[in-house]
Amino acid sequence: MELLIKNGFVYDPINGVNGEKMDITVKDGKIVESVDERKAKKIDASGMTVMPGGVDIHCHIAGSEVNTGRLLRPEDHFKDFERKTLITRSGVGHSIPSTFTTGYRYARMGYTTIMNPSMPPLEAKHTHEELNDTPMVDKATYPLLGDWWFVLEYLKEGKIKECAKYVAWMITSTKGYAIKLVNPGGLEAWGFGHNVNSLDDQVPYFGVTPREIIRGLCKVNTLLNLPHTIHVHTNNLGKPGNYLTALDTMKCVEDLAAENEPVIHITHCQFSAFKGSDWRTMESGAEEIARYVNNHSHATLDMGQVIFTDTTTMTADGPFQYTLHELSGNKWVNHDVETETSSGIVPFRYRRKSYVHAIQWSIGLELALLIRDLWKIFMTTDHPNGGPFTSYPRIIAWLMSRKAREATLKKINPRARSRSLLPSIDRELSFYELAIMTRAGQAKALGLKSKGHLGIGADADIAVYNVNPETTDPSRKYKTVRKAFKKAAYTIKGGEIVARNGEILRHVEGATMWLDVQVSNPIEITDEMKRRFREYWTVEYENYPVTENYLEVSHPITVKADV
Amino acid sequence: MINLYPLKEFKFPIITECMNPDVFQGKTREEIDGLKIWEGNKQKRLGDLFRVEEVKKENQLEKTTITIRGDVNKLRRIGSCMKSGEMRIHGDAGMHLGEEMEGGKITVRGNVGGWAGSMMKGGTIEIHGNASDYLGAPYRGISRGMRGGKIIVYGNVGNEAGAYMRKGIIKIYGSAGQFVGLRMRNGTIYVQKDSEGRAGACMTGGKIVVGGFLESVLPTFTIDSVKKKVKIEEGDVIEGPFYLFLGDLTENGKGKLYVLKEKNPHLSHYERLL
Repeated sequence: MELLIKNGFVYDPINGVNGEKMDITVKDGKIVESVDERKAKKIDASGMTVMPGGVDIHCHIAGSEVNTGRLLRPEDHFKDFERKTLITRSGVGHSIPSTFTTGYRYARMGYTTIMNPSMPPLEAKHTHEELNDTPMVDKATYPLLGDWWFVLEYLKEGKIKECAKYVAWMITSTKGYAIKLVNPGGLEAWGFGHNVNSLDDQVPYFGVTPREIIRGLCKVNTLLNLPHTIHVHTNNLGKPGNYLTALDTMKCVEDLAAENEPVIHITHCQFSAFKGSDWRTMESGAEEIARYVNNHSHATLDMGQVIFTDTTTMTADGPFQYTLHELSGNKWVNHDVETETSSGIVPFRYRRKSYVHAIQWSIGLELALLIRDLWKIFMTTDHPNGGPFTSYPRIIAWLMSRKAREATLKKINPRARSRSLLPSIDRELSFYELAIMTRAGQAKALGLKSKGHLGIGADADIAVYNVNPETTDPSRKYKTVRKAFKKAAYTIKGGEIVARNGEILRHVEGATMWLDVQVSNPIEITDEMKRRFREYWTVEYENYPVTENYLEVSHPITVKADV
Repeated sequence: MINLYPLKEFKFPIITECMNPDVFQGKTREEIDGLKIWEGNKQKRLGDLFRVEEVKKENQLEKTTITIRGDVNKLRRIGSCMKSGEMRIHGDAGMHLGEEMEGGKITVRGNVGGWAGSMMKGGTIEIHGNASDYLGAPYRGISRGMRGGKIIVYGNVGNEAGAYMRKGIIKIYGSAGQFVGLRMRNGTIYVQKDSEGRAGACMTGGKIVVGGFLESVLPTFTIDSVKKKVKIEEGDVIEGPFYLFLGDLTENGKGKLYVLKEKNPHLSHYERLL
């Protein structure tokens, strides 16, 4: 099918297009130079903003963790439900929507690519089953490898190349996309009832330190030539004073970076940027982190913005979730995933009037506004940990308008307001900068060549928003902007119009992207390895890998490794 | 005043969020007829299911009163979120009666289904028949139960009455099932007759008064004293003597469980511990 999007104001930061009035032409799901004007279906985008489809680098949308969260929280569903239509399925959920609804809601906001960031390898099949059922978007998932026994064993012995082969095998057999580390070392220590408090604490039994794990996997990542960097959830997350750990984590891989290329992604950085010695003296460490990131080029971050709402926190960080349960007294789930990781879920409500929550809200925005180069910081809420992804339009309003920030500042805890840096920040993002934070930057960091831009040959994933950048000043009319980004005028996925003004027009299956990592001599599945499977796991080796036919729409990306 | 007569015997559950004096206030008969309502999976008009009869009010400022005459045990969420006015039901009512109501009054001259007065914040519910399980208890998964108001039941109630209660009064003039006041934090529950047991499990505060037979008190409650009488609310004092137990100690709770001495001679061994 041919498509012609006429006269929109196009923002395409990867190709340097900044609000130019131009036509976008689409043929067979790709962006092309020109189409036959008579045959093509035309979309009149005059007075509208055209951007590449949104990319979300970090949102928990599928897997056993998310599903357990759904089971744990019937109260999250009963007030927020969608009836079925002729095209869409019914669904429920505010902070953890059911799979189909997740896809529809992303499509309504103009998002077309999303990344599910934590998949215990053991639960890979479950995760892919849910991803298969998440329509409208292309997706990928990161296996959790930071506390996998094989990795810990090889890093203890210093066998980086051997470790890389196993990581390659794991990524390919779980159909993953990047290396995810959550509280490296801490999750294994949690199995022994402990945690690690700094980068140099030893993990019980294995005797490796978080520093060795991060550096080891960072080297592995480089050896394997993976498109994304390592994706790190830092140690000490959610503890006052942890901004130092976040800085240490970035510093420890400083020497591994080559040619200003990023080698580490610190995810939901807001949760890792607390200053102070306890909750009462907690302050924002955003300034220090922003200063470091401004002076170095080897790290990227995402915000992990907090929204004042009722949500569900879920991470693989078991010890942190236990602490959160102790703090809030809410119901909780904690789980040890055999040899690989742990996990925890706690429902949580962020309150405006709470000092700590208000400071957290401030930290996220401070990070985004203090980091000069927006190719290094991306907009997320760490859905659903900071708030559901459906609140992205509110964050957009806060980022683009000082007035919007002030309106919220007025309502938050007064002590937090007096300590917030936000009143001193004048920066207001433009549409171009917003396009970097929400799509181009994320696609670049993920190494997605055909996403996040509108150049010739790119996937025809396009979002058209009903806001005129020439006549609308986002700084003053932030409500108009918020409304426009809530319901995209048109969402185009793979060259098809899938949503219009918040209405789903067509149900399309998105592809599951995964890495086919090719190493020169792959690991042999020996009897020894099978014995380890039998000893360590509840699953036999034969049942462990996810085969390609398990994915409904498989999109393998071949990567040639250096080992 | 508006009278509603069911036109048929309902087979499918009907969600009646609109059946609420605040919604009816100031509407003409035709407008009320046209209100949207779900019967099973089909959307209908209220007029398709009920005959609406309007009785002229003498005083225009008077709050709307809705009277339903007939069995409406398939109707769910009657009077949910109502803030004022009155509802009278002459027949049985379905689940979630008066869910999250904030004011006004609901009177049922019949039995009601589960979750009556669920998460209510104010107002009064009077049930002349029996109430099913989860009286005044919140929806599954929510830990904020009843936050105010008053529920009076003249018949018996099912299990878990007043679960997660935070404030308000529940008076039951019949007997109650198991787990009365499960996880309650505050407020008062009075059961005039027997209770099936496990009263006050995991309670952290509040008051439960059992005026009938209670088979056993949970082992995580300790005896505190014997009281001559208990005050339920202003102007309502029940003469005892009552055993007063404190608990639930599994939750470090300070809830009070009063059990009538006269009907429970099998609990007399607790007196040795005083």
